[in-house]
Amino acid sequence: MNGVHDMGGMQNFGSVVPEAGEPRFHAAWERRAFALTLAMGGARVWNLDQTRAARESLPPAQYLASSYYQIWVDGLITLMLERGLITREELAEGRMHDPPAQIPNVVTADKVAAALARGSPTERPLAGAARFRVGDAVRTKVLNTPTHTRLPRYCRDKRGTVTMTHGAHVFADANARGQGEPQWLYTVRFEGSELWGSDTSAAAVHVDCWEPYLEAG
Amino acid sequence: MDLRVRALESLLVEKGYVDPKALDLLIETYETRVGPHNGARVVAKAWADPKYRLWLLDDATAAIASLGYSGRQGEHMVALENTSRVHNMVVCTLCSCYPWSVLGLPPVWYKSAPYRSRAVIDPRGVLADFGVTLPDDVELRVWDSTAEIRYLVVPERPGQTDGWTEEELAILVTRDSMIGTGRALVPARRPPAPS
Repeated sequence: MNGVHDMGGMQNFGSVVPEAGEPRFHAAWERRAFALTLAMGGARVWNLDQTRAARESLPPAQYLASSYYQIWVDGLITLMLERGLITREELAEGRMHDPPAQIPNVVTADKVAAALARGSPTERPLAGAARFRVGDAVRTKVLNTPTHTRLPRYCRDKRGTVTMTHGAHVFADANARGQGEPQWLYTVRFEGSELWGSDTSAAAVHVDCWEPYLEAG
Repeated sequence: MDLRVRALESLLVEKGYVDPKALDLLIETYETRVGPHNGARVVAKAWADPKYRLWLLDDATAAIASLGYSGRQGEHMVALENTSRVHNMVVCTLCSCYPWSVLGLPPVWYKSAPYRSRAVIDPRGVLADFGVTLPDDVELRVWDSTAEIRYLVVPERPGQTDGWTEEELAILVTRDSMIGTGRALVPARRPPAPS
């Protein structure tokens, strides 16, 4: 989706300003929002790409005006409402009206350490051979996927070179639609001038690209 | 927001979807246990141990896991070595992908619009915001974390550190140096040996 979350190359956002002291959380609610999001992610009602899709689908003006954990909270609420886990009335009152929905997993305290240690590896077996090899010239396709995608706008229809192959991984675009098929994953190097002409101080930008984003260059 | 999140938590606990003790544990883990000290240990070992350095550059996931750091947001790791000729810098332009297992949770600036927008087009300008200037002949490579590969920068080892132990070296490894927005600290002097 060509959304406002896709910020690479946008201008006029100002300088990067590191915060004094850099607290990990800025209010008690941020801690709880962080933990609620992780715990509900572990419930396996949705996947990580659906979480990202929910956040980037917030209304653009709201996304830009929200703090990071506000976006997390709004994304989480969207996912829970869409899947019928809660209702707006329940949320407004903070108490249950309808019986709970069945969920595949409840992350109880005894499961936390193992779940974090395991993480969610995305590499998958895939029959056949990858189309490209390290050193191959490739070109990103002209894609304007209306749903979740991980091919940023700034590197569409650009020539690059494969610098790493990573095996096959869950394809984010499909995973966000609830389809888990893997695709070959590559790191592609794009020269700064290919992306931005002379208006850049980057020698090169590397982007991780699944095979459906690429054609032979 | 405070009331809204409290209402949400009460509701989810009442529904039995979440366990408040699990929430506490998740917060405690990322507030106190996982942080850039993990990555600093990896970098210091790579500086001190040539075999480990080669392993890290060849198979970062395994080399990092051998020190006990693995799992969430560090499932597939790649290490990028900064040298006098090449400087690597990591960003996630689309959201906030970051190697949690070695650096903990990202700072606010990493997740902010100014960093996400500018890092890929004007990384030298971003480095200037951090007070870092690279010579013109250094090749500046930016890495946009668009998939589940997580990147750890191995900063250049500062001079005057010959013979330092891994523990001493780790003190010089800043978080920003492992993102690529800073350098490792230059030592004033070797820390006194523990008595």
